[in-house]
Amino acid sequence: MNQHPDEGAPLVQLVTPEGVRVTTDENAAYRERVAHLDAAALRDLYRDMVLVRRFDTEATSLQRQGELGLFAQSLGQEAAQIGSGRAMAPQDYAFPSYREHGVAHTRGVDLADVLRLFRGVDHGGWDPTAHNFHLYTLVIGSHTLHATGYAMGVQRDGLVGTGDPERDTAVVTYFGDGATSQGDVSEALVFAAVNNAPVVLFCQNNQWAISEPTSKQTRVPLVRRGDGFGVPSVRVDGNDVLACYAVTAEALERARSGGGPTFVEAYTYRMGAHTTSDDPSRYRSAAQEDYWRQRDPIDRLAVLLRSEDAWDESWAADLQAESDALGERLRETVRGFTAPPSSSMFDHVYASEHATVAAEQAWFAEYETSFADAGGAAQGGAR
Amino acid sequence: MSDTTSGAPASSTLTIAKAINEGLRRSLETDPKVLLMGEDIGALGGVFRVTDGLQKDFGEDRVVDTPLAESGILGTAIGLALRGYRPVCEIQFDGFIFPAYDQITTQLAKMHYRSRGRLMLPVVVRVPYGGGIGAVEHHSESPEALFAHTAGLRVVSPSTPQDAFTMIQEAIASPDPVLFFEPKGRYWDKGEVDLTRSSGDETLDRARVVREGTDLTLVAYGPTVSTALKVAAAAATEGRSIEVVDLRSISPLDTETVVRSVRRTGRCVVVHEAPTFLGSGAEVAARVTEECFYSLESPVLRVGGFHTPYPVAKIEHDYLPSLDRVLDAVDRAFGF
Repeated sequence: MNQHPDEGAPLVQLVTPEGVRVTTDENAAYRERVAHLDAAALRDLYRDMVLVRRFDTEATSLQRQGELGLFAQSLGQEAAQIGSGRAMAPQDYAFPSYREHGVAHTRGVDLADVLRLFRGVDHGGWDPTAHNFHLYTLVIGSHTLHATGYAMGVQRDGLVGTGDPERDTAVVTYFGDGATSQGDVSEALVFAAVNNAPVVLFCQNNQWAISEPTSKQTRVPLVRRGDGFGVPSVRVDGNDVLACYAVTAEALERARSGGGPTFVEAYTYRMGAHTTSDDPSRYRSAAQEDYWRQRDPIDRLAVLLRSEDAWDESWAADLQAESDALGERLRETVRGFTAPPSSSMFDHVYASEHATVAAEQAWFAEYETSFADAGGAAQGGAR
Repeated sequence: MSDTTSGAPASSTLTIAKAINEGLRRSLETDPKVLLMGEDIGALGGVFRVTDGLQKDFGEDRVVDTPLAESGILGTAIGLALRGYRPVCEIQFDGFIFPAYDQITTQLAKMHYRSRGRLMLPVVVRVPYGGGIGAVEHHSESPEALFAHTAGLRVVSPSTPQDAFTMIQEAIASPDPVLFFEPKGRYWDKGEVDLTRSSGDETLDRARVVREGTDLTLVAYGPTVSTALKVAAAAATEGRSIEVVDLRSISPLDTETVVRSVRRTGRCVVVHEAPTFLGSGAEVAARVTEECFYSLESPVLRVGGFHTPYPVAKIEHDYLPSLDRVLDAVDRAFGF
């Protein structure tokens, strides 16, 4: 009989959807990894998630207003992204897919810069090496190999297993349930395993690859993928920010200490559409969406904060104000992202001069100048 | 023969395969960030023995036997390059490059552009290519045009041991990704190699006039250069003076050198093993037509593979641009 791929694998959970701490013998080691997170730290995680959600909402509105060509929301996946992102050390390096806005935020990337790509003014938008956060990769799964190769470089640099927490380095790569079907993800698991590379393969199973449910990608829980490659694997409640923090911290420690790769399946839900061009009503039920709205990762942490007397009204008001300010800044900043000059399309094709590009660039400049000579008609780029 | 400071001979007669081996050795010696990756390149020394002895001398971390996954090789090479390494990947045979095609064209070629120059990927992809060795399917192809068509990649091919020795070092030193096509049918051609050099007389992106002539320009690269030289010698006996240009680089294409030659000779024939249809010869023909229009005595002609899959070994001699087929094209060029 076919088993639904979501069934039959244990899930690490530290806080229930109702906001209650889970205390079992099985999760004791994970509880220990979040024991140092006091009320202030929990509020910080909540703040991260609220700001990223606000970013999502604003960006979606900006797309509807025609300010962005497209936008891909991280809505519903904030806990998976903030929990894992905050577990990383500054020297660690992350390779995202294209909806890891939460991770971008934890790596210090200005969320406004993420929108350059979606506005069509830049294929990237930030300096990856300044944040140890690679550019978004749009072709599904390709970057899992880049992360693995980068981790092999970290090994060669002697930055694994030194015992110095400020030097030992790990790499995290993010991808979705759909990506697990790509050959590159399997190859990344092979290369990571045989090289014992310090990489965490962090799969956010948000249950939908555009319109295809996880059952179109797998017949077994995705967490079992790692087994055949000899990669330790763990499935975590992706809407539980503390559990995501804990499993990532464990995986990072394994990587940094020389224990090799880990496959993480963060079981979550894409609450929004695939992108602003998508229409989920064509392929999934409102009932399913309602079910997961009850499991909103931000609400869960809010209940926990209140139940542990960590909620503070003036702090909450400040956060609301900060969130509104972010929204305003995003609107203003994005409208200021103007098109680069057309001649910039020739920049950085190669790192050293290439005769073909140089010749075409020179031709284009001359062509543009010819309009200017004819009376400046070309100004404003209306060609 | 003089000695270098290390005691090694300054020049030596080498095959193309050995010249590449020596070039790789120099790069491994001079830059600790250089590493070789590929299938069977370690203990075996590669199926063509191009990496023979290198793992023994530089260790398993620098001469890496990889899993049998070409996309994985290129994808992890990209990651290593992002961490500051200079990977040199060996694709075992031309026809095996396609599992890595996505990583090469979508990632390797575009990362520098996508990052606005913040990220460089100095990755070399070595590809033994071309036919004439009696091989089974997928072992004799010439896919260079597919890569030259992608902006962001440099595509080069040496035709002599000296070029093989210096061009591989220049490719490794290049800040750009380089597809390095090795004419496997000529791996055992011998020539004198000056081992003291890490670069050639021309830069990596320049063509070279390898035989001067006045009546027709024969443009070739990689495995067809020696064919072109034989054609020129044969034509000389009939009183025709043929100039031979070795392109050396397909991307960029050194149009300047070709145009300068054709403006003098007035005739041009392009020869490569790859199919002529939409091949690099088509680009040469278009450029020459555009820039030498008033100098041309005849249309630019192409000689190469047909628009068929590479045929079975027993008939490949009729697919490849042989001496006779090139001479036939030369005759046609003079017949206009």
